[in-house]
Amino acid sequence: MTLFEKASAGVLCAVFGASLFCGWIAPYPYDLQIRDMTNAAPSARFWLGADELGRDRFSRLLYGSRISLLLAPAAALIAVGAAALIGGVGGLLGGVWDRLAMAAADLFLSLPWLFLLLMVRAALPLNTPPVASVLVTFALLGSLGWAGAARVIRVRARTLATADFAIQARACGTSRWRLLMVHVLPNLKAVMAAQFWISIPLFVLAEANLGLLGLGVSEPLPSWGNLLRDLENFHRVRDQPWLLAPAALLILVVGCFQLLYDRGEVSS
Amino acid sequence: MKRRAFLLASLLVQAGAQEKNELRFCLRADPKTFDPLKVEEESSGIVRYLTGGVLIRVHRQTQNPIAELATSWKRSADGRRISFALRRGVHYSDGTPFDAEDVAYTFRMLADPNLRSPAADSFRFAQGAPRVEVKGRYEADVVFPAPAPGAERLFDSAPILSSRSPKRELAVLGPYELAEHKPGVHVLLRRNPHYWKKDEAGVRLPYVDTIRMEIQQNRELEMMRFRRGQLSLISSLDAEMYEQLAAQMPSGVVDGGPSLDAEFLWFNQIPGAGIDEYKKSWFRSARFRQAVSRAISRDDLCRVVYKGRAQPAAGPVSPSNRFWYNAALKPHSYDPPAALRLLAEEGFQLRDGVLRDRTGNATEFSLITNAGNRARERMGAMIQQDLAKIGIKMNLVTLDFRSLIERITRGFQYEACLLGLVNTDLDPNSQMNVWLSSGSSHQWNPNQKRPETAWEADIDRLMDAQATALDPNKRKTSFDRVQQIVFEQAPFIYLVHKNALGAVSPALRNARASALWPQILWNAERFSLGPEVSSRGR
Repeated sequence: MTLFEKASAGVLCAVFGASLFCGWIAPYPYDLQIRDMTNAAPSARFWLGADELGRDRFSRLLYGSRISLLLAPAAALIAVGAAALIGGVGGLLGGVWDRLAMAAADLFLSLPWLFLLLMVRAALPLNTPPVASVLVTFALLGSLGWAGAARVIRVRARTLATADFAIQARACGTSRWRLLMVHVLPNLKAVMAAQFWISIPLFVLAEANLGLLGLGVSEPLPSWGNLLRDLENFHRVRDQPWLLAPAALLILVVGCFQLLYDRGEVSS
Repeated sequence: MKRRAFLLASLLVQAGAQEKNELRFCLRADPKTFDPLKVEEESSGIVRYLTGGVLIRVHRQTQNPIAELATSWKRSADGRRISFALRRGVHYSDGTPFDAEDVAYTFRMLADPNLRSPAADSFRFAQGAPRVEVKGRYEADVVFPAPAPGAERLFDSAPILSSRSPKRELAVLGPYELAEHKPGVHVLLRRNPHYWKKDEAGVRLPYVDTIRMEIQQNRELEMMRFRRGQLSLISSLDAEMYEQLAAQMPSGVVDGGPSLDAEFLWFNQIPGAGIDEYKKSWFRSARFRQAVSRAISRDDLCRVVYKGRAQPAAGPVSPSNRFWYNAALKPHSYDPPAALRLLAEEGFQLRDGVLRDRTGNATEFSLITNAGNRARERMGAMIQQDLAKIGIKMNLVTLDFRSLIERITRGFQYEACLLGLVNTDLDPNSQMNVWLSSGSSHQWNPNQKRPETAWEADIDRLMDAQATALDPNKRKTSFDRVQQIVFEQAPFIYLVHKNALGAVSPALRNARASALWPQILWNAERFSLGPEVSSRGR
């Protein structure tokens, strides 16, 4: 492990740890409004300042990280799992299965899924607790976001299915199941991992975009998505650069994941 | 060398723009129509305001009706007829002369049952549309089917069309005429060479040659362009942008005071709505609604959400509506103990931080509002914290606008809603649909066959009384009482009247803010760019 990789692992552990134990670390509840301190600059009292309602930005970032860091990877896992199943089946079995899988992927890519999400949100009972609403949102994002990854996995699976070593294995009488588990899946792992890591920031940003339409994490619950909404106003960011903290954390976390993933890919 | 040439070219372009004496500002969306009688949305409304000539204009500062194409008017004793004396020697932008036939033609068009627009609807009364009797070339009577108190204000949104011009609705009587429309890019207006109005010194209006309205939805880009001097004004700003701009260009911002708009919340009191019966009983209790009203800090909403650029609201009428505002009503002050006392009278008890009704149900409800509106989302979060202090749990739900409208107008599957009312009319007659219990916009319990409560019956009676009385003071007395009942019963819990905020370039002269739509643009014909008003057109 290089120094960079060690540092990346350390940062990720620290961020995950802080977000998991935010209840103890955060100096304030995430929803406490101290209305005399709205838009306060960073200080000993508010490390990252206070937001427009006087809520401590640092506490909200910690709580928001917990939601985003747990749920965005969960959504990515759902998406990549579905992509592996559909893309893998299409790529390995070929023929009509391949056409069916790709038709399904094309259909999902062309569907106006945003409207589907809006419909689902509109159909949810209004007294659904915010946490349940968030879970539904990320589950939907995960189950709708597999199509792009499925195409990539399908291409890789197709290549593997027709590779020399696979043909040789089949010629030696290896069963389809063993071929899949021993020869194909280990070789698909890198592609699936890449799709997984790529999907995490996409789901975080998708949640941020949905927040603008009312489908994201609703007030007062924080998430990286709704914290990033503060960046809409360029001049405010110029005057209050600490608003960039959620974006910086997102970049840092995704960067660290990427560094560790690269190592994993190289070593595999 | 190339850079110098580029700079020179830029300077020449800028100088050219100044030479052109052009006013520039942004529209949020393309105008959907240039037919002044079909206007439904703001962009088309602005074009109509700048190009249309009307018989009577409501002055945006004095709020009094003033003569425009009519030099005078007289109302008959029964209130059904308004006799106009028309201005002579006026021509449309293409040179076609204006006379009483044009007024008759315009009202025939307005009476078309197939024409659906706010302007047309406002002239349609239960007994039918008004008709015009031409009494002479420059005399016309508008005859209403029933007494129409306050009808003068309706003429403000009814530009007079030409009955003879081959250019049809593009021949206009206002200060500007349409020169060019590039969809998605801009609308260009040029001065109407035949505009009749002159200033006090005899200079023909308008002063500015052309108005370029660029289509720009992104408010950040609009602000950036304004800061760079590429725009002359921003007609409507939110409080956050206003504060940012004020910090950098204190002389560039204008605050027209409280607008006519109001932000409010209401509880669903519809008997057939699919919500729990025990919740319906809370929502139908005036004490419960009053308690919620007293538990909300309006001062904080104004200070935090609107940066002090708003005023706590007591009722539907803003203090900027000088005649109809009921000054006797004061907004509820933030008083959680008083709220708890009211709730206790209704059988609620605060136990372990949770407010429970007399049957032990925890007090919890959801409040819906439209997604993407940061001010409302913030207000919702603040109300949530305020109500938590008296043990009420409120879930804030943001929905896309279409879903929200569906819920509050058709499905009625909601418990409480936070929205705003955009008001462009000073007269309460425009709110009949809101206050009559049979009205479809009587949001807390619309379309009632007969009033379900005594106080709603009182409001119905008073609204009918003010709609038929010809004496303005009698109308005011009736509507004051309506405001009083609404204040006491709190079917709508009014929160704030936000200020009309805008921005004006230092190069733009004669711009004065108004709380009334179209805010800064109300006297665009008198805008000038640069130090001296051109003597052209004398």
